[in-house]
Amino acid sequence: MSALLLLHAVLGLGTVAAGAHLGRRALWVTLVPMAVTLAWIGSALPSLLDGEVREAHAGWVPAMGLGIDLRLDAFGALMTLLVSGIGVLVVLYARWYFPATKEHLGRLAGLLTLFAGAMLGVVWADNLLVLYTCWELTSLTSYLLIGNDHRDPRARAAALHALLVTVTGGLAMLGGFVVLGQAAGTYRLSEILERAPSGSNVTIALLLVLVGVGTKSAQYPFHGWLPGAMAAPTPVSAYLHSATMVKAGIYLLARFAPVYALTGFWRPLVTTVGLVTMILGGLRALRQHDLKLLLAFGTVSQLGFLAVLFGLGTTETVEAGCALLLAHGAFKAALFMVVGILDHQTGTRDLRELPALGAGWPVTKLVMVVSAASMAGLPLVAGFIAKEAAYASVADSGLGARAWILAGLVAGSALTVAYSARFVWGVLRPAGAVSEEGAAPAAEVRETPPPALPFVLPGLVLAALTLVGGLVPRLLDRLVGAADAALVGVDPHTHLALWHGLNLPLLLSAVTIAIGASLFLLRAPLAKVLRTGEVVPSGGDVYLWVLRGLNRVATVVTGVVQNGSLPIYAAVILLFAALAPVVTLFLGDGWTGWPELVDHPGHLPVAALILFSAIAAATNRRRVSAVLFLGLTGYSMAALYVLQGAPDLALTTVAIETLSTVLFILVLRHLPVRFERRSTPQRRIMRLVAAGAVGLSVFVLALAAGGSRTAEPVSQEMVERSYPDGHGRNVVNVILVDFRGFDTFGEITVLAAASIGMVALARAGRRPRRLQVEEPAG
Amino acid sequence: MRRILILDRSVRITFHALQIGSIFLLFSGHNQPGGGFVGGLVAGSAVSLRYLAGGLDEVMRVSRFAPWTILGTGIVVAAVTAAVPVLFGDPVMQASLFELTLPVIGEVKVASPLFFDVGVYLVVVGLVLMVIEAFGDEPQPAPEQLEEAAG
Repeated sequence: MSALLLLHAVLGLGTVAAGAHLGRRALWVTLVPMAVTLAWIGSALPSLLDGEVREAHAGWVPAMGLGIDLRLDAFGALMTLLVSGIGVLVVLYARWYFPATKEHLGRLAGLLTLFAGAMLGVVWADNLLVLYTCWELTSLTSYLLIGNDHRDPRARAAALHALLVTVTGGLAMLGGFVVLGQAAGTYRLSEILERAPSGSNVTIALLLVLVGVGTKSAQYPFHGWLPGAMAAPTPVSAYLHSATMVKAGIYLLARFAPVYALTGFWRPLVTTVGLVTMILGGLRALRQHDLKLLLAFGTVSQLGFLAVLFGLGTTETVEAGCALLLAHGAFKAALFMVVGILDHQTGTRDLRELPALGAGWPVTKLVMVVSAASMAGLPLVAGFIAKEAAYASVADSGLGARAWILAGLVAGSALTVAYSARFVWGVLRPAGAVSEEGAAPAAEVRETPPPALPFVLPGLVLAALTLVGGLVPRLLDRLVGAADAALVGVDPHTHLALWHGLNLPLLLSAVTIAIGASLFLLRAPLAKVLRTGEVVPSGGDVYLWVLRGLNRVATVVTGVVQNGSLPIYAAVILLFAALAPVVTLFLGDGWTGWPELVDHPGHLPVAALILFSAIAAATNRRRVSAVLFLGLTGYSMAALYVLQGAPDLALTTVAIETLSTVLFILVLRHLPVRFERRSTPQRRIMRLVAAGAVGLSVFVLALAAGGSRTAEPVSQEMVERSYPDGHGRNVVNVILVDFRGFDTFGEITVLAAASIGMVALARAGRRPRRLQVEEPAG
Repeated sequence: MRRILILDRSVRITFHALQIGSIFLLFSGHNQPGGGFVGGLVAGSAVSLRYLAGGLDEVMRVSRFAPWTILGTGIVVAAVTAAVPVLFGDPVMQASLFELTLPVIGEVKVASPLFFDVGVYLVVVGLVLMVIEAFGDEPQPAPEQLEEAAG
């Protein structure tokens, strides 16, 4: 498994790097890892369906317990089939979709490979942090793929929108993961789900994870990025934004729900959000004229459906969810492919402008009708099986709110029927028929070149699968059942079937289709009603508001925090530096009492001198005199060192003070003579308080540090080792150049860097001198 | 710049004495008070005396090399000293002692950290030269004076 991920990564990066030379051939490289993965999962499938779990481990940061832990069970196999299977078909399709001269095709192909690898990483990861990393990699590759046409500002904006929303959600999710990992004592997903930690921390963590799920899977109110993502080339939309990436959130939901569905808020929250998403997405889809946008809102709606099913977390709903996951992957990818074909051959994907399609289109039409039927949930195709299972699972769930949930699902599905019908009618309508209220009748059969067969073939394969799944649901049953068992831990008793007898689900299906059909027939008055929905802000608007609000808050906060006043910066930094350690000191038991303050009569005059010069430096209004007093403090310190018998320390101090005073004055010549032109008493008091606080705090800390020694001082050992190890009798120097030589080396490097920066700054500041005004004469 | 004769001459005289003193501190530092850092500071003070007496031009005459060359040489010397023991299979910065016999002076013991100290010395001197180079130009009129001039 690690080898497959590595293959994706290497080939993907290689294709991105070499893309310009490969051109359209790059897509064949993309095909390799996907096909290999598909073959591998195909060979492993029988044993995985029998309940086997495959694991792989590779060390990463063993010290932190971080490893690349991979784990593949039957549900993972189902997701892998979706990712690699649809991936192979989409790449084959892309070969015909893109013209050979398409720019940046190599990059796009490489990014598709990387995305597929990252998505497999999400599905296979058993370590939450690995999962998070791969999750964000899918966001990043999605960002680059949406913005692939980087000269189009709308594509760039859409890419950024998608990135900001999904990555913000991802960040929340990471927070949730960390809390969960700490609560469970492990970051292994399988172990966390086994131990199922609980408590208020875990509740918050789950909420955060759900935010990640909601952003990734385009649930209201985070859904706005998904329609925007349609700026991506159609093969990318077919792959990422319908069949795979948006399922990442659903995947995570499916993993967590069976264990956590009974946690207080879980079912009400997930079900409400899912149903709202399903219904509002469906309503929006009814209003779209762009076929791709129609499908995008349809995807939002179906993701809501999936969230409800997986979020409920019972054996039966999860089983229905797995079936819908497969069915949706197949029909939505196929429909996207059809839209891409239409766009490619006719130059438009607007319902109102599509010409009537002449001869040579039957295969495309067949693919479309079968897939749209599956989307609408009509009998004999896979979507019907999944929807029946969904209705049955909710009806039999014994939940208190099942009637409401069922009503919501029926409403959402009826909308799905209606927009599916609109889609089909828009494409199939005969010449002269009006597709929409207010649209021109379809143009007379313009010679629309029919697509080449290989162009339609991938869609045909998906449509065939949809049909087979619908006619012989027993074929799906084993895969779905095993995936369900892997998630819930219990084998479902129910089985997918075409005919369950006359029962409630069948009745609901009939009602759904009837409502949907009437919605479609009444589409003219309906459109008027729906137009009132334009008042409701769209997800994109909300995103823009949030973004603008964020910018405004940032401006205000920056204005407050970074006010540009040096005295205030200095005051804030110094006061915190003074207060924080002292407060900690007295809260703990760091204070050990007063030591002997004076042990040499010479200390007193020196201390008085230090105090005097320090106070003078702090209160002086002229910069130069303040610096001179500062130097005086330093010299007095040197006197103290002499009294304590440290001549070399005194020597160094004197040299430093001399030189730094000179250098200080060099710089100060360029500044005004006084600190402030008009010094007010308040400011002087402020400065005195700050200076006094810092002085007191350092005083107290020095006393506390001196008194709190418990271990043997290290200096003793250094004195002993100085001559034998360092070949020097001056311990201070041996410490500097030998024992602590690395420190010294670091310090001189910093000195060098600082002085280069200083020269650069000074020279930059000197440049305007040429423009300097003439000194006034006299 | 107005130059003061007495200051000028006395700085010329003391400058070399200070330089020799700083080199003495550098070499004696391993066994007695001193060392590369103090030596560099003393040399730097001497240079700044030259500045006080004669301004930037006077300082630029002190050294044939640019300030950053001196600074860089110091870092390279220190880095090479630190790295050489590795070539002999010892840990980085391992100190070792060489005994040489020089003409006139006789037998001397040289510890390898001395070369590291030379690096530190050069860095400090280079730093002082760079500060003077950066800020030691003819002073610009203070902003107040500029405002007055403009008003």
